[in-house]
Amino acid sequence: MSGSKRQEKGMTLIVKTITRLTVGLILLYGIYILLHGHVSPGGGFAGGVIIALSFIHIMLAYGKETAFSKLSKAKASLLESLGAILFIAIGILGFTGGYFFFNFFTDKGEAFRLFSAGIIPLCNIAISMKVGAGLFTIFVILVLLKFKTGGKDPRQGS
Amino acid sequence: MGSHLVTLFVILPLAAAFLNLLIGRKMKGAPDILANLATLALLIASVFSVFAVAKNGIFVYKVGSWVPPIGIAMVLDGLAAFMLVTVNLVAFLCTVYSVNYMEKFTSKWSFYTLFLLMLAGMNGVIISGDMFNLFVFLEIASVASYALVAFGTEHEELEATFKYMVMGTVGSLFILLGIALMYSYTSTLNMADISLTLAQKGLGNITLFVSILFIAGFGLKAALVPFHAWLPDAHPSAPAPISAMLSGVLIKSLGIYTIVRVLYNVIGVTKEFTNILLVLGVLSMIVGALLAMGQWDLKRLLAYSSISQVGYIILGIGIGTPLAIMGALFHLFNHSVFKSLLFLNSGAIEYASGTRDMRLMGGLREKLPITGWTSLIASMSIAGVPPFNGFFSKLIIIFAAVQAGYIGYGFWAALVSVLTLAYFISVQKNVFFGAPSKAMLSGRDVAKWDDIKEPPLFMRLSMIALAIICIFGGLLLIPAVSGNFLNAATEALTAGRDYANTIFGSLGL
Amino acid sequence: MYLYFLCLILFIVGIYCILRKRNLIKIIIGIIIAEYAVNLFFALAGYRIDGRAPIYSQDQAIANMVDPLPQALVLTAIVIGLAVTAMMVAIAIRIYEKYGTFDITKIRKLHG
Repeated sequence: MSGSKRQEKGMTLIVKTITRLTVGLILLYGIYILLHGHVSPGGGFAGGVIIALSFIHIMLAYGKETAFSKLSKAKASLLESLGAILFIAIGILGFTGGYFFFNFFTDKGEAFRLFSAGIIPLCNIAISMKVGAGLFTIFVILVLLKFKTGGKDPRQGS
Repeated sequence: MGSHLVTLFVILPLAAAFLNLLIGRKMKGAPDILANLATLALLIASVFSVFAVAKNGIFVYKVGSWVPPIGIAMVLDGLAAFMLVTVNLVAFLCTVYSVNYMEKFTSKWSFYTLFLLMLAGMNGVIISGDMFNLFVFLEIASVASYALVAFGTEHEELEATFKYMVMGTVGSLFILLGIALMYSYTSTLNMADISLTLAQKGLGNITLFVSILFIAGFGLKAALVPFHAWLPDAHPSAPAPISAMLSGVLIKSLGIYTIVRVLYNVIGVTKEFTNILLVLGVLSMIVGALLAMGQWDLKRLLAYSSISQVGYIILGIGIGTPLAIMGALFHLFNHSVFKSLLFLNSGAIEYASGTRDMRLMGGLREKLPITGWTSLIASMSIAGVPPFNGFFSKLIIIFAAVQAGYIGYGFWAALVSVLTLAYFISVQKNVFFGAPSKAMLSGRDVAKWDDIKEPPLFMRLSMIALAIICIFGGLLLIPAVSGNFLNAATEALTAGRDYANTIFGSLGL
Repeated sequence: MYLYFLCLILFIVGIYCILRKRNLIKIIIGIIIAEYAVNLFFALAGYRIDGRAPIYSQDQAIANMVDPLPQALVLTAIVIGLAVTAMMVAIAIRIYEKYGTFDITKIRKLHG
């Protein structure tokens, strides 16, 4: 790898520049997919994955410090739990209409509009929080695993 | 309010799990309180649900007010209420036990989170009235249990987890394939609706194939004998309360309950299926008992004995008469109680002495009187010695086998019972009676003899509670005591495919 | 019809990979292959000839859609598969850390 001299600081200038240009767009695209989940293909899971990818992208290009300054591990874990609790809370709020996960909005809006479909966009947001933060955490945990004793680093040949 | 109770069994453990993750890291002691309160509430709710079912009959809950063949249904009938009590009883006592036992692990909050997620999955499997929903809950419980088996992250745990995961995932694949085939044949996923469609369309070869896939998939989860290889590795490797949960209730709610529900209530049981179940049951019974006899690792022995006892349950289900089914369900309940007690005992022994090898123990009765007594009760109970609950359930199964004309199977069941008594007497002799071993006196490899003392309060409490249930469990057979506890569950199964009519009848369709 | 048999072959390839390979990572890959074969089969179960994607759109007549339900279910199954795979890879890495190998014939601390 050409970036081996400055391994802590990430990849080469080309990668960094392109990342700087694209990462915002990736994040924006993820949010778009997420918010339009109820009117077009997409939704919470797909949106969450793309949002997580934008953070993973930063981490690959700039190294872990920069990525953690945007979204630390503790914050990701917090977001993940919050997403799950938000999702359950939406389900419980359905009891106001008489049933678990009842779509309790009386005015569900007009079809093909952004503000429509009642609780489904809210569920999508909760799911994307859970999925995005969860995937980021999985990636961090798998990549940054420290080898303590025994075994050798798998990256040094096998 | 009554029918909203059904959703509580999923909402409460899920909410508690994620709250735990949120606050557990910061506040010490909060995870203990939260998890114990949640499981206690679930236990109370499940006991309440038994009475609610006895009073009102079946509850069908429409999630999001979508009517069942289209929407997801949650069903609480006699069998579901029975399983919920079994699962939540063991879960509550295991969380009580964990308060002290899990002190030696660093991240208690993540343990409780996984525990509650596993509980949510099991409860979800039990109350789900929809095939795919059942699969999703089954996977939640499975994935949480994979993580829990690996909780210690030592050599053995990781190896056992990997084996368990590979086999568990293959089992899930069979189940998913079965659901896909079933959907392509009946165009519906609701279990009651599948049953109705099959009644109209006829079973056909595809249903036979699907049933085989389900028996293989759920049989893998239940560790029936050709599919049992993961269990003796996975169950001993987990922390003791998790071993108790896995052996006590997970293999039953994920394996046996699902087999029984699908075969009896959805597909409709026929002679071929019962013959398969009979053979699998007897095979598990014999192979499990024989393999258990040669073990020196206490927890491994208990794991093999689980395979053997699951064989009894499947044998009872396979015989198929109402008496046999009642015996099988009663044995399921009893086995949950005494097997979790035995695993908790083994945890207490390990906590005190630091070893699981029976060759290094001996005479522990003197130092651990409560563990010794409760373990003796559980051993006699599992072996089927008269005053305890295990005797009654085994007696009913053997009696039903003879009554139904399966005298050979009855003979094997009686013989395996004797084998069980033999190896549990050997456990008692090696661990609790006799003189302390040389290793213990010298303190080599294990804790020193003088340092061994009774485990802390909460561990003792949960062991004593389970032992009391073992002693008085036989009373559940008397209808005046148990109310409709066992009978309602048996009726739900013997009704067979009338299940669909009951569900749609209660919805007013 | 032959599509179903291709699915079956893919499934068998996956199962073969699980049963015969000795490397932990290859076993995981086998599981992924088998899982995708089942998912593919499920999605195929909802297919109809010349069917369109089941997306409700504003100014087009809806005719001849494929069955959307299996697609939703497969999406769920994929998500579950993701969780299981992540878990497996994490365990495999931990095993490598402890044993220094991915070869299952050398990972034998458990007996019986």
